[in-house]
Amino acid sequence: MTEPWWISLIKAFLIINLVMLAFAYTTLLERKLLGRMQLRYGPNRAGPYGSLQPIADLIKLIRKESFFPSSAIDLPYIVAPVISMFTALAAFSVIPFGAGWHLWHWHVDGEIANVSIALIVVFALGSLGIYGFIIGGWASESKYSLLGSMRTCAQLVSYEVSLALSVLGVVLMAGSLSLVDIVHKQGTTIPYAAPQVIGLLCFFVAGIAETNRAPFDLPEADTELVAGYHTEYSGMRWGLFQTAEYINMITLSALMVTLFFAGWHGPYAPLGPLWFFLKLLAVVSIFIWLKATLPRLRYDQLMRFGWKVLLPVATLNAVVTAALVVAF
Amino acid sequence: MPQPLDTVKGFGVTFKQIFKKPITQEYPEVKRPVYPRFRGRHRLWRFENGLEKCVGCSLCAAACPADCIRVVAAENTPDNRISAGERYARIYEINMSRCIFCGYCELACPFDAITLGNEYEISEYARDDQIYTKDMLLAPPIKRTPVADAELYDTPIPYYKEHA
Repeated sequence: MTEPWWISLIKAFLIINLVMLAFAYTTLLERKLLGRMQLRYGPNRAGPYGSLQPIADLIKLIRKESFFPSSAIDLPYIVAPVISMFTALAAFSVIPFGAGWHLWHWHVDGEIANVSIALIVVFALGSLGIYGFIIGGWASESKYSLLGSMRTCAQLVSYEVSLALSVLGVVLMAGSLSLVDIVHKQGTTIPYAAPQVIGLLCFFVAGIAETNRAPFDLPEADTELVAGYHTEYSGMRWGLFQTAEYINMITLSALMVTLFFAGWHGPYAPLGPLWFFLKLLAVVSIFIWLKATLPRLRYDQLMRFGWKVLLPVATLNAVVTAALVVAF
Repeated sequence: MPQPLDTVKGFGVTFKQIFKKPITQEYPEVKRPVYPRFRGRHRLWRFENGLEKCVGCSLCAAACPADCIRVVAAENTPDNRISAGERYARIYEINMSRCIFCGYCELACPFDAITLGNEYEISEYARDDQIYTKDMLLAPPIKRTPVADAELYDTPIPYYKEHA
């Protein structure tokens, strides 16, 4: 039984807003957690315990003047952050977050779109999102932006290979590219985190690099560079890039929960979306924990690690999994 | 050489920090005491009989590297005696937005009429409000800053002062 189109529309609207809200409060969580790990309080002025800080940041960014260099190429300069933002949000549409429910006499799916090649859709949108960074850096007409976007692209392209290869093991075990099927299969057997430990580690490391998070945050490198590809951006245009980055992180965490931790299935109670949310929270916290702990890699170390360690390990994992799936 | 074990140990360190009390002193609520010799907002002084110590000699204005002091002197008359000397400062203004709090005015003053206090909360919404007039400088500061125990922090008397 399929759901009518208007339910999908309402759901899409809800999920987009929820993801935006999740983004806003991920920034707060990050600042709070980083603060505590560095013996600080983090933001605690706006609202009780700083709970209105993301709202204050948003208002500040929107009210700021969005100026741009006079030599910038207008259309691509303005479109670039929108592309990044759009692809980041669109990728979340295939993530399943619940088993599906019956409301009155309609059926509501636990995801916005049940695509049979959902995994490929996520990776394709991730690759498209890189265009936002390329175009943004190039259209700024600034050498620092251009160099920054080159650096970003080199990193994203080289780690994308490992990222895609690391999930191959899961795809082979589940025998499907559909995220809904993968979650169902894990519900009946075990979460793939156990048999696919190496795949999980590869996915996690490649994922950190894909989302420009510490210790692979070379595209931004706050303490060393200005900002990389978004040097010339300000106001909410910069905010869109930042939002895209965080939503990419959330999507990647959601993908990790879906592929390796059985999505909305939980051990004790069938909480559905709540389990999904809790697992997502845990993974996002680990991302932040990493940022507080590890120093940034050098660029050659990053490239060497990506091509000489991560890629062979991910490939080997896929090949061994394939052999084992065929054998048993 | 990569040291994977030490890297893992690092995660333990950062995790343990979460449960410690942050060392942040939250400023507007908690004001750290300043050193006794901290140089803040200026103060003009009077004698105990109410006469101003300042005689309007403008030495402070001459000493000021930021050129933020303006003094206009006038003669004391028998029926209008304001300072202890022949003249007094009819206008005495300090532009706090230019002042660099070097304390040279204090050093230059032959009558110890001007000193630098401990107050540092002197921000305003308008630049005009940063110009302190004589009345403001003569009055005690509105905001008080906690000052640390002088005995703990005051430096010993310098050699050149003892053997002058």
